[in-house]
Amino acid sequence: MTVLATPPAADSLLTARRGGRRQLKNSVATVLVYLSFAIALVPLGWLLWSVLSKGLHAMTRNGWFTHSQRNLTYRDPGGGAYHAIVGTVEQVFLCTAIAVPISLLVAVYLVEYGTGRLARVTTFMVDILTGIPSIVAALFIYAVFIGAFGGQRAGWLVSLTLVMLMIPVIVRTTEEMLKLVPNELREAAYALGVPKWKTILRIVVPTALTGILTGIILGIARVAGETAPLLILVGYAPGINTNLFSGFQGALPSMINAETLNLNSGGTYGLVNGHVRLIHNYAVDRVWGAALTLIIIVMGLNLLARLIARFSKVNQ
Amino acid sequence: MPDRNSSTRDADTRNNLRRPVTARPTADLENQENGVPDGPGKPDLSPPPQLREVTVGSAEPLAVSSGAVTVSGAAPSLVAGGRRRIGDRVLATLTAGSGAFIVLLIALVAIFLLSQAIPSIAKDHANFLFSRQFSVRSEPLQFGVLDLLWVTVISSVLALLIAVPIAVGIALFITQYAPKSIRKGVAYLIDLLAAIPSIIYGIWGIYVLAPHLVGVQRAFYHLDFIPLFADKGVDTGSIFDASLVLAVMILPIITAIARDVFVRTPDHHIEAAWALGATRWEMIRMAVLPYGRPGVISGAMLGLGRALGETIAVLLILSKPPEGAPFTASIFNGGQTFASLIGLNMQEANGKLETGAYIAAGLVLFVLTFAVNAAARAIVNRRKEFV
Amino acid sequence: MAKRIEAKNLNIYYGKFLAVENVNLTIAPRSVTAFIGPSGCGKSTVLRTINRMHEVIAGATVQGEVLLDGENIYDARVDPVNVRRTIGMVFQRPNPFPTMSIYDNVVAGLKLAGKPKRGELDAVVERSLRGANLWEEVKDRLDKPGAGLSGGQQQRLCIARAIAVEPQVLLMDEPCSALDPISTLAIEDLIQTLKEKYTIVIVTHNMQQAARVSERTAFFNLAGIGKPGQLVEIDDTQKIFSNPTERRTEDYISGRFG
Repeated sequence: MTVLATPPAADSLLTARRGGRRQLKNSVATVLVYLSFAIALVPLGWLLWSVLSKGLHAMTRNGWFTHSQRNLTYRDPGGGAYHAIVGTVEQVFLCTAIAVPISLLVAVYLVEYGTGRLARVTTFMVDILTGIPSIVAALFIYAVFIGAFGGQRAGWLVSLTLVMLMIPVIVRTTEEMLKLVPNELREAAYALGVPKWKTILRIVVPTALTGILTGIILGIARVAGETAPLLILVGYAPGINTNLFSGFQGALPSMINAETLNLNSGGTYGLVNGHVRLIHNYAVDRVWGAALTLIIIVMGLNLLARLIARFSKVNQ
Repeated sequence: MPDRNSSTRDADTRNNLRRPVTARPTADLENQENGVPDGPGKPDLSPPPQLREVTVGSAEPLAVSSGAVTVSGAAPSLVAGGRRRIGDRVLATLTAGSGAFIVLLIALVAIFLLSQAIPSIAKDHANFLFSRQFSVRSEPLQFGVLDLLWVTVISSVLALLIAVPIAVGIALFITQYAPKSIRKGVAYLIDLLAAIPSIIYGIWGIYVLAPHLVGVQRAFYHLDFIPLFADKGVDTGSIFDASLVLAVMILPIITAIARDVFVRTPDHHIEAAWALGATRWEMIRMAVLPYGRPGVISGAMLGLGRALGETIAVLLILSKPPEGAPFTASIFNGGQTFASLIGLNMQEANGKLETGAYIAAGLVLFVLTFAVNAAARAIVNRRKEFV
Repeated sequence: MAKRIEAKNLNIYYGKFLAVENVNLTIAPRSVTAFIGPSGCGKSTVLRTINRMHEVIAGATVQGEVLLDGENIYDARVDPVNVRRTIGMVFQRPNPFPTMSIYDNVVAGLKLAGKPKRGELDAVVERSLRGANLWEEVKDRLDKPGAGLSGGQQQRLCIARAIAVEPQVLLMDEPCSALDPISTLAIEDLIQTLKEKYTIVIVTHNMQQAARVSERTAFFNLAGIGKPGQLVEIDDTQKIFSNPTERRTEDYISGRFG
């Protein structure tokens, strides 16, 4: 007596078929799964293509990398992104200089000294830091330095915000890399009589170094494109300002944003010699040109990180 | 091995002995004789705090002066006097200090935000939680976060609903269906989506994608008996547009976590399913998905948190509704989220009260994302106890 | 109901690497056959070719034939899913599905095979759990998670799950090696009962177990270092353990190598 509506394996294996419904479900699932991958590729390809095709023109113009946007309106051709590139580089550089040492120390603390209450609380707080939206971090910096201490908007405040955003990234990747260093290595050092601090600085960290570097570069790539702090903490200057501590400063994301305002507010017709003429809105080129520049920098950093990761001494 | 130094050891120490240290005693004797404080060139003989319970000379009988024998518990040192090395102390302090700094930082965030938000909230003539307007340029201040709450939550939830199934599909593709050789490449492509800065998603979203979505939007108007789909005259720059872009932005993080958890499905569960004669999809349903569910949920919450806090993409895409427009539940309307409101207005805001109002809005956003992330963490931690 | 198994010129590959060469054997229905031999010589590999589990590993293939009552399961027209439905397998580590209750675990295979008639599921669960000698211990907590049982109980649950679909053959890959001696004995007793209905093949590291439990024994060994595994000898258990034909078998049995 069989319990199953369809009698099972008493049949010949050669002629037995899977239940039609089972096979159908299996096939449908397979199709959907492949489809979801295809769906994800569409925006990726489309976006990259859009940025490339629309931005190449501006980027390959003479002067893109050497000129700023000073005194230029959306009706005037020319100019470049030099001021924005410089601004981004400076802000990110200051951020990295502050964030990296702190992050490394925190990661070393969590991995090498990591027992006890402070460590548990710290790792919890790093988790919280990971979840803070960039705008909230920017508001915090505003609240401290402009709200409470009455300072002025300037580029270094952006750097401080970026520090808050970069720290969790580097802490977590460094932690992972340090944990990958086999314990036997540490014990070999201790057995030789090497003190703990030397073991960490001379043996553990250097072994994990490529991984740590990769994490740092990825952190840089992440913060280079952040816009929210730029909106709140520093005004956009179309001219070159290399002073991080005073005055408005341009940066690539805020350049993109500023030019979109020109896109929206500028018409494309104007009076030329008494006739209404179509005047090209150069803001279009600049928006996409700056976008392309930013993407190239960020993608380049990502690629660099990957290349470096190949030289890692630990299995990642 | 009989323990010759029992006079200086207690039973505890013996039991805790992890590793007999045999090489040390002779060098230790040297140091004892010379009374040399360790200089840079000398091998340091203080066992690191990690090996706290290791004591000296267990295997060999040795006459060692009691000053050099360690006792479990305290930071041991073989050098007479038993002080910890300066290097160790410095590094330990520095690293612990950095940890404490992080803790302090979070506390400061809460403190500063609160201290500047509260005065503005106190002077708010409207109900902070339930008012729909936000006019703070001049007194009397009237601001409330109801509209912001609606737009923020609906756009993020919609993005989540779109992103999660696709992310699970991709994660299954990578871990269960794709041939080994292309797995890494596929994963790389998806991670590429995460590398694109959000402002670029913003400009692409509004200038390239949204115009193409007008047709789709209009098709939905046919369903406008559901208030969600009502026509509000916003062709581009609707919540719908923003949600789609947000979905693409949070896709990589959900996929990464789902991938990670699917790959960890214990082999023996997968084999059990195969051996019962399951098809591939049945095996996935029986072994992979149940195991991965907490992870996927956690990943989804992290994605939600990300979407809630996204600023510039939403700022660029969403069209700002006119002041005083009536409330509508339609996703084809424009709107402002917490982040886009703050981002737009803080550029020129001045004065403690005005900026305080925006900081108050930021505080609500902080609490929102904090709650979501905490839930995600709680789910992961509960699973850790299981496995 | 139980089927006869034959292997003819079976060569088993992992990619290009020949893991086991030229296996020829016959297993009678309703008998217990033990596969013994040192680690890594191919016993489990051969076992897994009988229910086409071998090819679940990427790149793994098989040459030759495996016949169930005369039908070649590796024929191109045969769906591996059906093969695995016909043959039950119990693994070394007990692996009940952790998110399912005991009840759901037992019927997991049934639900895949077809739409079971609603009312009869309960009867199947009881029959299978009785058959696995687990009924009395769990009948009051069928809705509790399958993973909440002891090791021995979990393994019997897996056996119940395997026999719930009424397979022709039951394959057991070192089913007791993760269990304590008492559970082991319980399972060995169970095998004696099960063999009245199923053809059983059991891979075991434990020669005494093979001697206790099986009627026929097959001894596998590597041809040499770096060489593929092979079936050295298959014969009545009595004979293998007292007076084997092959010298190598004798050496293994008497512990000259392990």
